[in-house]
Order: sequence, then C-alpha cells, then structure tokens
Amino acid sequence: MADLTRLYAHEMSRLLRGGEVSSRELTEAHLAAAERQNRALNAWLAIYRDDALAQADAADARIAKARRAGAAALAALHPLCGVPVGLKDLVSVKGGQATAGSKILAGYIAPFDSTVTARLRDAGAAILGKTNMDEFAMGSSTEHSAYGPTANPWDLTRVPGGSSGGSAAVVAAYHAPVSIGTDTGGSIRQPASMCGIVGLKPTYGRVSRYGIVAFASSLDQIGPFARDARDAALLLHAVSGRDERDATSAPIPVPPELLSLPESDDEAAGYLKGRRIALPREYFVEGMEAGVAARVREAVAAIEAAGAAVEEVSLPHTHYGLATYYIIAPAECSSNLARYDGVKYGFADRSSGEFIADYLRTRGAGFGPEVKRRIMLGTYALSAGYYDAYYLKAQKVRTLIKADFDAIWAAGFDAICAPTSPTVAFPFGARLEDPVAMYLLDACTLPVNMAGLPGVSIPAGLSEGLPVGLQIIGAPWSELAMLRLARAYEAITARATWRALEPAELQLTDDPTTPSPVERRRRNAGAPATGSGGQS
Amino acid sequence: MAKLSRADVEHVAHLARLGLTEEEMARLEGQLNHILDQYAILTTLDTEKIPPTAQTIELANILRDDAVTPSLSTDDALANAPERSGNHFVVPAILGGEGGA
Repeated sequence: MADLTRLYAHEMSRLLRGGEVSSRELTEAHLAAAERQNRALNAWLAIYRDDALAQADAADARIAKARRAGAAALAALHPLCGVPVGLKDLVSVKGGQATAGSKILAGYIAPFDSTVTARLRDAGAAILGKTNMDEFAMGSSTEHSAYGPTANPWDLTRVPGGSSGGSAAVVAAYHAPVSIGTDTGGSIRQPASMCGIVGLKPTYGRVSRYGIVAFASSLDQIGPFARDARDAALLLHAVSGRDERDATSAPIPVPPELLSLPESDDEAAGYLKGRRIALPREYFVEGMEAGVAARVREAVAAIEAAGAAVEEVSLPHTHYGLATYYIIAPAECSSNLARYDGVKYGFADRSSGEFIADYLRTRGAGFGPEVKRRIMLGTYALSAGYYDAYYLKAQKVRTLIKADFDAIWAAGFDAICAPTSPTVAFPFGARLEDPVAMYLLDACTLPVNMAGLPGVSIPAGLSEGLPVGLQIIGAPWSELAMLRLARAYEAITARATWRALEPAELQLTDDPTTPSPVERRRRNAGAPATGSGGQS
Repeated sequence: MAKLSRADVEHVAHLARLGLTEEEMARLEGQLNHILDQYAILTTLDTEKIPPTAQTIELANILRDDAVTPSLSTDDALANAPERSGNHFVVPAILGGEGGA
C-alpha cells in the first residue's frame, strides 16, 4: 500500500472496516513521521507512542469483533475508530501533560480526561500526542509558546499561524489526518488558513469545554482540523453535543448527516445551486495582501459560477471588532488566569515566605510576555473607574456586532464568505515587536467569536507559494450546511493544480541538518525573544 | 481616553499580582498605551440605548438533580499541589504579613 500517512480519515475508516489495514499500521506510520520530523517542525510537545499503539490495538480488536458480529455492528462503530488524532496541549488527557504552552503548567499532570478526550476514546481514536501552541492560546503565530515556535511545513522560516499552530502543522505535515484545536478569536481558522488545511470553529456551546484550559470563557470554542471537509465533519461529530459537566454546552442535537457528506463531486457540487452567499465588503480590510484578496474573490466567483447567488453586503460594525475583542478577551483572561496562584497546581515560588510577594514571584516568573500584557490590559479594563468606559462599552458594541450578523441571517442568506487571514504565513519575528500589528491579523476572524457563530477556513489556493484560506461563516448551529458548502467548493476545485501540491518544505524536515525553529530563532540574533502577538 | 502612567502600570500589575521587572514595566507602559489608543474608536459609537452582550447563545438556566456523582479522589486532587500536608493543600500564611489589598 502507498504511504499510509497520505490517507484521509474517511479512507482509513473504509480500509479498516474492510480489513485492508490495521489501526496499528496506521498509527505506527503516523508516529514514525511525527518522531522523524518533529525536530524540524517543533509541532508536537509530547508524543504518546505506547499509549497510542495500545489504543490502536484496542480499536483493531473492536473492529475485528464488529466484523464477526455483522454489518450492523460494523456500521455502529464511529468512523474515527482506529484513526490517529492529535490534541492541542490544553486538552486534558488523564495522566498526561497539559502545559497550555506555558511554563506555569510545566510538570502538571492532568488528573482526568476532558470530555473531548473521553468522546474520542469512546469513538476508538488513537491519541498520538499533544501539539504546540501560543501560551494559554494567546497569539497568532505560535511564537508565544514557552517551548519554542512551530515551523510552517510550507516554508520552515515562517510561522504556522496560531494559537493552534501545532495542531495545524501536524495535519498539514501528514502526522495525523485530523487534530483538535481551540479558537477564541481565530486560533483554529487562521492557522488552518496559513497551513493550507480545513479548520472549523463551531457555534459557541456546540462542544463541551470540560477539561480544556480556559482563556476567555464567553469566546472559547473547540474544533477540528482536517485535510478535507468530510474529515472535519467526522471529528466534529465525534466531539460535539451536550455535556452535563459543561453548563455552557447546548442541548442541540448533533446532525448524523455529518457522517455522510457526499463522496461524489457531482453530488457535492449540486449543493451550491440556489444558495445565497453574502460577501461583506468590510472584510477586505486595509493591509490585506493583494494575493489573498484575489484568491478569495476567485473562490467566490467559482461558487457563483456553480449556481450560488453572491451578493455584496455590509457588516457595518466590523471595524469596531478589534478594539472590542481586545477589551473583552483580556478582561476574561485576567479573571480566568487568576487561578494560577501556586497553591493547587503549577509552578510556585515560595521563597519570600510572604504571600503577596510569593504570588508576584510565581506569576511574574510563570507567565510569558503576551500573557502578562493581556492580564494587564484586562485588569485595567475591569478596574474601578474604567469598567464603564472599557468593558461595559465593549459589551455594548458586541451587541451591535452580533446584530450585523443577525441581519444577514434574517435576510435569508445561507452563509457569508470572506478571507480568513489578511496575510499568508509570515517569517518568524516579523510581527513580534508591535502588538497592534499582530492583533490586526485577527480582524476577519474575531467578530465571528464575538457573535458566537460557526466559521470554517478552507484552502483556496496559493499566493506566492503559500496557502490562502477562504472563510465560510454560518448562522448558529449551521455547521452541517457550512461543511456541505465547503465540500461543494472542494468538488468544484477538485482538479485545480494547487490541490495536488504537498507543503513545499515538508521534505526538508526529514533532513537532520535542517535547523529546528529554536535554532533558527537563536541564529536570527537581534530579534528579541520577547514581544507581542495576536489573538488566540 | 485615559493615558496610563508608570504609576498606573505598577498599580495594575499589583492588582493582577504580576511581579514585573523594571524593564517589563517600561516596555508595557508604551505598549499598553499604544493598545489603549486603538480603543478610542469605540467612543465614536453611541451605545447609550444598547444593552450589553455577555453571552451569545440563548440558553435558559440548566438544572440537574442534586445527586452525588463520582468525583476526583483526594489523592488525585492533591497530586499536583506544590506543597501538601496530609489531605490538605499547604497555602502561604496570610496572617501576620503585609495583608491583602
């Protein structure tokens, strides 16, 4: 059989059920790629070889038993049974690390499984390991990881996006067909865009957050990375749905049709006929690269040519999104991160013997520069005398931003199409000096979080050899419709030359002389290790 | 909008219980003011009659039976503690010192 790492999860599922491949073979192939290439990518913070193989063997046993029991038993298995997955290192896996990319959680061992982990175990997935990320999911480049940056497989001198940069890079590099990330202001969609893969942020409340390290609780949501829409749908299906351990998870049914997106391109493309697509003019923001705007407009033109009606619309409060987000998210982060007090878990410095001084030392040494900056912003915005001017004001503007989207759904549109990121992947260090420049990268993704909506980024070709993402935004709970649209776009571009390309510098990661991202940073002397950086 | 002074930075850092070096304070003063300048755009919007949004999905209260369910064992809950004494977390002494703000 050809290289097992190039298979989609839905293909693995079919081969596993047919007895043509074992989960152990699949898992071994992916582990080998991850172990061989991680030095050059730094995308994995932990690789769980033994546990993953044990889970693979258990899946093989389940599949064999189901095969003996007959077609109904085989059909009852989740399609991800036996499929390898990666998890962002803020998802709790019992007995494993959960650093959230921070020094303050170095050495922490999760005492329980997150609900996402438990559901993946139920489905029969093999958990390969934990992926790199910006500290506490605060950043747009993965350069704010306390464990060094992750390289982009398309160009090893560039960032993979962030904050879920590791989860995006491992899927782009064929170390896993699917992975889990989190998205507070674009942290799934933006790295998916920069790594040339699919990344979906579900509706707020769709996926339980029990056992996930919190950043901004009115915005955080968990979602899948994959190399096509069908695989993203499978992973979304596996982890979605009401969980009594997370009161913000919604009692909304999970559509079973997520498991049967059309295989045939003709059938998939037929979905576009008669759909109404909104193209918001404010999303073609100042500073957007011409190549990005061109790819997005070409993608929308192709969707229109296949039978959808595209209308330019206005989301008039888009321009206020950045300021609103960078008040609300830091305010919530300053509150959430108050728990890192050096008492219950995590790093503690008790050398002063005086409790305030110990707090200051513990938190001063445990948090990195971007996290400190956001805690400072949030504490200030919530402090006496400034609450009304900043936090309350931002919450009111949030109402206006949400109302812009509500008007689009009320007008009968099926979805909004927009760019995901205003730029392609940028070189390490390029935006570390100016926090506002980094924050501007989130302009097209963070309004979606503030309105609680689902959004998916899908590959839409290349600009100067680097991937560009098309963002599809939907009404609440419309993930199935969005993924059908994404699948339709894949169908109408199935023969595009760029679809056949693998990440341009992936082969270099097999070369032991290729520098690691940390070595690159050291060589780029002059670029300070501190700095700033975007979203989440 | 307001301008953060060096004393404000020190005050907010103390409120947030963040021990910052002189160099970090100096850098943050400039960066935070630059970010606060971006917030000024919000003052151009009249929001007098607009209600705030704290959460986006209209969920009613979610209730459950008041029943005992399995939870972490004491040992599991204490396993990550920097300092433990028997079945307790050891916390820093809060009396006799400078006292909280």
